[in-house]
Amino acid sequence: MHSKSPAVEAGPLDTLPKVLLRNAAQYADRPAMRHKNYGIWQTWTWQELAHEVRAFAIGLRKIGLKRGDAVSIIGDNRPRLYAAIAAVQSLGGVPVPVYQDAVADEMAYVLEHAEVRFAVVGDQEQVDKIISVTERLPKLERIVYDEERGLATYDPARLHSFKHVQGLGREEMRTNPGAEAWWLAEIANGKGGDVSVMLYTSGTTGRPKGVMLTYHNIIVSAANGNKFDGFGPHDLLLAYLPMAWVGDHIFSYAQAYMGAMCVCCPESPETVVEDRREIGPTYFFAPPRVFENLLTQVMVRMEDAGWLKKHMFQYFLEVARRSGEQILDGRPVALHDRLLYRLGDLLVYAPLRNRMGFSRTRVAYTAGEAIGPELFRFYRSLGVNLKQLYGQTEASVYITMQPDGEVYPDTVGRPAPDVEIKIADNGEVMFKSPGVFLKYYKNEAATKQTKTPDGWVHTGDAGFFDQRGHLKIIDRAKDVGRLNGGALIAPKYLENRIKFFPEVREAVAFGQGHDYVTMFINIDPISVGNWAERNNVSYASYQELAGHPRVEEIVAKRVDELNEALSHEPQMAGSQIRRFLILPKELDADDGELTRTQKVRRSFIAERYEALITALYDGAKERQLSMEVTFEDGRKGKIDGDVRIVDMKIYPIPTAEPLREAAE
Amino acid sequence: MKADVEPRLVSASAAAMARGDVLLSVDNVSLSFGGVRALRDVSFDIRKGEIRAIIGPNGAGKTSMLNVINGFYHPQGGIITFKGKRRHDMRPYLAASQGIARTFQNVALFRGMSTLDNIMTGRTLKMRRGILAQAIYWGASQREEIRHREAVEHIIDFLEIKHIRKTPVGKLPYGLQKRVELGRALATEPELLLLDEPMAGMNLEEKQDMSRFILTVKDTFDTTIALIEHDMGVVMDLSDRIVVLDYGRKIADGTPGEVQGNQAVIDAYLGIPH
Repeated sequence: MHSKSPAVEAGPLDTLPKVLLRNAAQYADRPAMRHKNYGIWQTWTWQELAHEVRAFAIGLRKIGLKRGDAVSIIGDNRPRLYAAIAAVQSLGGVPVPVYQDAVADEMAYVLEHAEVRFAVVGDQEQVDKIISVTERLPKLERIVYDEERGLATYDPARLHSFKHVQGLGREEMRTNPGAEAWWLAEIANGKGGDVSVMLYTSGTTGRPKGVMLTYHNIIVSAANGNKFDGFGPHDLLLAYLPMAWVGDHIFSYAQAYMGAMCVCCPESPETVVEDRREIGPTYFFAPPRVFENLLTQVMVRMEDAGWLKKHMFQYFLEVARRSGEQILDGRPVALHDRLLYRLGDLLVYAPLRNRMGFSRTRVAYTAGEAIGPELFRFYRSLGVNLKQLYGQTEASVYITMQPDGEVYPDTVGRPAPDVEIKIADNGEVMFKSPGVFLKYYKNEAATKQTKTPDGWVHTGDAGFFDQRGHLKIIDRAKDVGRLNGGALIAPKYLENRIKFFPEVREAVAFGQGHDYVTMFINIDPISVGNWAERNNVSYASYQELAGHPRVEEIVAKRVDELNEALSHEPQMAGSQIRRFLILPKELDADDGELTRTQKVRRSFIAERYEALITALYDGAKERQLSMEVTFEDGRKGKIDGDVRIVDMKIYPIPTAEPLREAAE
Repeated sequence: MKADVEPRLVSASAAAMARGDVLLSVDNVSLSFGGVRALRDVSFDIRKGEIRAIIGPNGAGKTSMLNVINGFYHPQGGIITFKGKRRHDMRPYLAASQGIARTFQNVALFRGMSTLDNIMTGRTLKMRRGILAQAIYWGASQREEIRHREAVEHIIDFLEIKHIRKTPVGKLPYGLQKRVELGRALATEPELLLLDEPMAGMNLEEKQDMSRFILTVKDTFDTTIALIEHDMGVVMDLSDRIVVLDYGRKIADGTPGEVQGNQAVIDAYLGIPH
């Protein structure tokens, strides 16, 4: 495989395989991908990546891939799977990444709906899942797998290793001098208007929809994203979020190609924190959950630290809280504080950033859910340039972004480059941009519902622009409701507020069509578990911990704090939480309670836990719960137990007249 | 991404035997401790490439049997033949150098050492350089260390314990410690792997993982496996053949189906008075 690097194509760079060829020529020896394998970081340069892609593409052709074929990509983030995306695109095929933790049934739905002919998967686990639903997939012809472990005894008729397919490609290139030229011609055949990828949205309701994005959508969005934050060939990022998620596809694939950035794949999902520390990405993206977990881990470790360390940590954290953000934004700060911050950086912030893998991070983004202001400020005050963006699969990610120096925890920023936004009469945010998707695959009705004929897209989110011109999202448009008394209730707003307390992992608020607001709460097993350990509270299971009276006390105290805070907010004072309960099980995507991106599926939960909701509103003190749960391997189990319901104090609204007498 | 060549985790001599040949045979072995007769006249064989389970009620002599096989106990009577050669005067380290590795009922790792170092100890027998040369870590001894480290990394990858590579094993949950112990046994590139209750104390998910590892070890590395296990579901699913002991005697021997239907076995488990 030592042929010269593929020739640069003349003409516009309107598809990603063309961008790959450009990078292979222009940045031949710069790193394109890294992967920690057998404990060592291994590198592919752009030229090597192009060669790997070429061998795989020609191999795919040998086993029958044709222009227009859909190819599923399923697995953890691995260089070979990213290469597979490029290889499929180079032949005019359409990659269809699927969430690797989807259960077989969900996977079968997508593969069937997308009429997938080939699947390129990570390992035995994914192969097993596909084989288990193979009779539902008459169109599926071949499965190609990356990791060979455990697959030695499988029937090789329709199953090939990635290496084998690449071997076929290399063999073809040896025997057929025209093979490379053929591949280059296939790439040249691609047009900006072609469908580049089909991403299935996990969807909070109904079956997932296949969002079709063209090369034009993706290339313009990726180029804008790179320009906005100045990303280029010296930037490094860690690809660890699901490849089927639009964010990963844009950041770790499209933006990386456009900017010739280096994408690093962690050794395994469990080693991400350590790998990030080793790589030191300059650009980092994570949903708020990841930042939350990181902070929880730091705090838990600090609880066990010695007296001196603990005090130093607390003192300098206070210094950072006072002046860290101003320093990051380049605003004026008193000399005394500036010096103290410098000292704190030496003693606390820099080691902490290093521990968390942010030593070289220029820009970090969070999106997907609202992030707690405390949490957000914590990272910013440590000198991590954490920003928020707001996006959707249908927009090729970008709708709004926070520019440097204009970062506020309660907004998602200004419209991203080339994006127009308007707020509909019902408060719904609508946008129009070059990233707007082509259509939903085989779903004309949904496309019509979401995309107006003149190109505006309904986001389904309610929001408004504040006086600074920044967009604020309050909730899903359809979830914003009213209590019987007429007070406004935005469930997600309440849930996010309560989730900012470390003891609370997840929450679901109810109130629409009722007299008062109630809530389900999921405790955070790490934070509460650590508390239990320190306080000699013994427990055998999540259920037991969640049902512990002292845990209930702690959560009640948090709910009380929230109620107190809400009573000072004119629009939200009416939605103080009157009653709550702690669920005996964690809400889980495998039970359909969360989406694959860990968002609460409200209506599903309301149905599944109907008895508990009734109990919240009929004054009961306790209710028996017995339900089926699904384990990670797909087996079913049962949980049984009594769930207690806690009544809370409601604070009077200071200025306005009280809504109604607190009845009991 | 260039180090893609899988080193074979089997010793070269294993190739000389075909799957299905008798790898180890135990003939009329008896073992007693003072007046206690732990094994009486036990005979069975283990064939190349199979998973052979040894089961029986508590105190049946299962662990004693494993200890005899790996040379820790010396039977008073009987013959043990390994790879066609009769064994005399066996010691555990000799057994190890001949290709027999084992894990223990109660995990026996170096608790203060990392996962990586623990598995590395499994390579000790294969190290050729002296202590001094290794301490200087230069030239051939460096190359040797790197080669062994590579083999260990393949095992770490295989057992999916990458995230605990540098964690002291004393801090690990039990299920992971068991996995590390299996890793150390695999590091010796055994022909015969003895597993003493590999699933004890594990939850269902850990048991499934461990079963998958055991099957893959057998298929991928061609390792012969003899295991003791109390979880009958696991035993019946995994094993090719099962030998049943009770009060030191062999009471049954055969495929899972045969053993399950055997009246003597049913009696032994249900507690018929002797």
